[in-house]
Amino acid sequence: MAFVQQSSPHAHNARPTSKVMLWVILASLPGLLVQTLFFGWGNLINVVWCIAIALASEAAILKLRSKPVAFFLRDNTAAVTGLLLGLSLPQFAPWWVSAVAVISAIVIAKQLYGGLGSNPFNPAMVGYALVLISFPVAMTTNWAEPALLWGKAPGFADTLAAIASGQQTAVDGWTMATPLDEYKHKIANHTAVEVLAHPTFGDGVAKGWEWVNAAFLAGGLLLIGLRIITWHIPVAFLAALAAMSLAFGSNADQYAPLSLHLLAGATMLGAFFIATDPVSAATSHQGKLIYGAGIGILVYLIRSWGNYPDAVAFSVLLMNFAVPFIDYYTPPRTYGHHKARRGLPGGGRS
Amino acid sequence: MHSPIKLWDFSGGIHPAENKQLSTSRPIQAAGIPGQLVLPLQQHIGEPAEPIVAVGDCVLKGQKIADVSHGMGVPVHAPTSGVIESIGDYPVPHPSGMADKCIVMKPDGKDQWCDRYPISDYRKLDRDEVLDIIHSAGISGMGGAGFPTYIKLKPRRDRKVDTLILNGAECEPYITADDMTMRERADEVVAGLKVMAWILRPERCVIGIEDNKPEAAAALREAIQGTQIEIAVIPTKYPSGGEKQLIRILTGMEVPSGGIPADIGVMCQNIGTAVAVARAVFEGSPLISRVVTVTGEAVKNPGNFDVLVGTPVDYLLEQAGLQADRASRLVLGGPMMGYTLTTTAVPVIKTTNCIIAASASELPAPPPEQPCIRCGQCAEVCPMELLPQQLFWHAKATEFEKAEHLNLFDCIECGACSYVCPSSIPLVQYYRYAKGEIRVQRAEQLKADRARERFEARQQRLEREQQEKELRRKERARAAAEAQAKKKAEAEKIAANGDAVDERAARSALVEQALARKKASTATSATTSNNASQTPDPQSQTVAPGRPAREEPDIETLEKQFAQAQSKLETMQTMLEDAKAQQADNVDKLERAVAKNHDRVKRAEAALADARKLQEDQRETQSETQSIK
Repeated sequence: MAFVQQSSPHAHNARPTSKVMLWVILASLPGLLVQTLFFGWGNLINVVWCIAIALASEAAILKLRSKPVAFFLRDNTAAVTGLLLGLSLPQFAPWWVSAVAVISAIVIAKQLYGGLGSNPFNPAMVGYALVLISFPVAMTTNWAEPALLWGKAPGFADTLAAIASGQQTAVDGWTMATPLDEYKHKIANHTAVEVLAHPTFGDGVAKGWEWVNAAFLAGGLLLIGLRIITWHIPVAFLAALAAMSLAFGSNADQYAPLSLHLLAGATMLGAFFIATDPVSAATSHQGKLIYGAGIGILVYLIRSWGNYPDAVAFSVLLMNFAVPFIDYYTPPRTYGHHKARRGLPGGGRS
Repeated sequence: MHSPIKLWDFSGGIHPAENKQLSTSRPIQAAGIPGQLVLPLQQHIGEPAEPIVAVGDCVLKGQKIADVSHGMGVPVHAPTSGVIESIGDYPVPHPSGMADKCIVMKPDGKDQWCDRYPISDYRKLDRDEVLDIIHSAGISGMGGAGFPTYIKLKPRRDRKVDTLILNGAECEPYITADDMTMRERADEVVAGLKVMAWILRPERCVIGIEDNKPEAAAALREAIQGTQIEIAVIPTKYPSGGEKQLIRILTGMEVPSGGIPADIGVMCQNIGTAVAVARAVFEGSPLISRVVTVTGEAVKNPGNFDVLVGTPVDYLLEQAGLQADRASRLVLGGPMMGYTLTTTAVPVIKTTNCIIAASASELPAPPPEQPCIRCGQCAEVCPMELLPQQLFWHAKATEFEKAEHLNLFDCIECGACSYVCPSSIPLVQYYRYAKGEIRVQRAEQLKADRARERFEARQQRLEREQQEKELRRKERARAAAEAQAKKKAEAEKIAANGDAVDERAARSALVEQALARKKASTATSATTSNNASQTPDPQSQTVAPGRPAREEPDIETLEKQFAQAQSKLETMQTMLEDAKAQQADNVDKLERAVAKNHDRVKRAEAALADARKLQEDQRETQSETQSIK
């Protein structure tokens, strides 16, 4: 009889990549649901559209690269990239903006670097940053007014038509500046009280946004609970952001308050779903802490003193640059060694 | 009743399905005597044993049939009485499926013991005598590598063992050999441990057992009554039974990288080894059988068997009721660190603890490898706190230096990383590959270094010889110069006595002759000029055309010769310098040539100087003559 010849270990209990990605998708659903409740159908349509484009462009480029298409599509990573972009793009972003973002994410940021596992930059954030710089108007004026669903909300068909037409005028009546944007641009000439009187802030921190962030936080905790991500990056990210805000932005008449930093914009989505992309993040626990903290600090710097109201995409990309460097200097201390072997082989430290 | 023992935790670890209940439902059974026993001569680390029996010899149970005369190693004994059938190469349990030298014997079924010498009170013996008993009983570590126990029990004097640990963790899934041994032979386990403790005199003696073996722990608690031995029940987590992990759990200390437990005053011994030691001392029986777990879904009666060393695996599987059609994979050892067998024709040896006959659904082939997504699960579970994914990248990219820098060689190949990898990358295989490549490179580097050292040594030797030769030559030259100087001094002495024979004298004689001639001619010309005093110059030119022509070319030629000799010497000297710089072979020759030329130049110079002096003298003579006139 011929027995299987295999090297150890013979037992495996892995959660395959496809399942890991599926869990990420599932954990993001509460956030998507809350987004839909507060901001209408836009995000949902975007998510579906982006995933479709992501799968199509992944399939096309895999075919060009002569890779097994079905084998790689089944790992669900392209779907997650599409999902993250759909969740973070403005609700009324024209269809072609989303398409450009997704295609550049999948084709350029991911596949041209060698495909899954080889991309130094977070693909979704490359796509996002690209359209943010290329189409600043489309990316800032298409944010849905909160609580639309209960007011003069456009229906599913209207939203779809608005996104599909790609015409700015089609959505003018339904959009509003995001809370971070509003605060950033008004605070120069107004007091905090005056700024916060704007309806975008609602009664709480930032109408609708606080719940979206809470939902992503919940989804993120689920991922930590499932041991799909570790706590290091999100905690370091949020702690650094909070520390920066407390250190530099305690005056609400000058800078957005901490609550707004944590609960408006893409903070929780970024902390738990985007910054934790394992491929482009640091590897060791210590490295993850540095990486996450770096993102948190950069988010605060850009939001407070940069040109952009939100900054997750740029911060993540900047820290992606730093990952090889961080990794070199933060290997864990191995059992039986007095200290970790930092730096390069041969003791090169410069 | 026992004060809780302080435990530490090791980082990482996994909780694979234990599947231990499969083989713990029935007591240890005797596997019986197979039709043939195959006894590899190397079942331990060190030198292989050499047969001390011949084909056709009748041997008794427990009789030594192979021994290690020199180096590290332990003897092999006949597991039962019978006849030696052959001695030769047979397949042995090894991941490569290789064959090695074995003694094959045919049992006669009588199972007749040789003479045994049990010892009732080992304390009356010398410690070295007890170690000798353990050595000649053929005991080597029965947990894994098979390190000779008598050597392990005699650590260097500066490595005092403070803590003796008996490893009853048995963390690998499926395996229950130690568990069942502890349950059923707790007294022997403790007796063996006591012997080892008596030899080592540790301050602390502790048995570590995972908390999934409550029966074993209970049995041992009974057995240790009245002793100082501690029982530590540790949380079940793979690989808590790894030596380094167990030491960390029980002592909080870490074995230094590249070191051994004795470096921190700790020693681990295996349960089976303890039993073997007890039997060697109290029964006088050598290590000829061991407990083996035969399990897996493809055997009808999984359980633990008391198996004679040398029993073929197929015989053993038969005893357990192998369903050949269900078995897809045969694993020797556990599912995490064991290796697959290509054939069932291999024998059970002293380190064989488990045979798994797994069905296809039980240990399915892993799905195809996917790209690493750097998820870090591997690093989370690594009990050595390595960065498995980085090691994988570097191994795959053959950047072995980087892999080594990340402590590749601290990897214990426990398989936890592969177990959890979502991309089902065979990580351990990559590490083994990298380790193997590095070892090969190191061996080659060593070879290259040796070759270079040899070459350099030869160069140095040649240079030294050259220098010595040079020195000898100079010595000779000096001696020769001295001899010459002596000779010259003597000659001068003789010359002073008026017997001038040397060159200089001859030369001065020549000059004097010339002077005399000149004087004579001047005198003649003076006479002539007296006759025709108006035209002395044309006269002298015309009257004596030969003399100035003879005399002036003399100086000119000498000058020319001197210049030539000097330039030649210079050329020679530069050549010599070059030759010296290049360490050419012709240095000697050139030096001789230079010396010769040097002499020549000196001579030419001397001749020239003499000639000039002569001319000077002549002028003076002339002017004198004129003034006289």
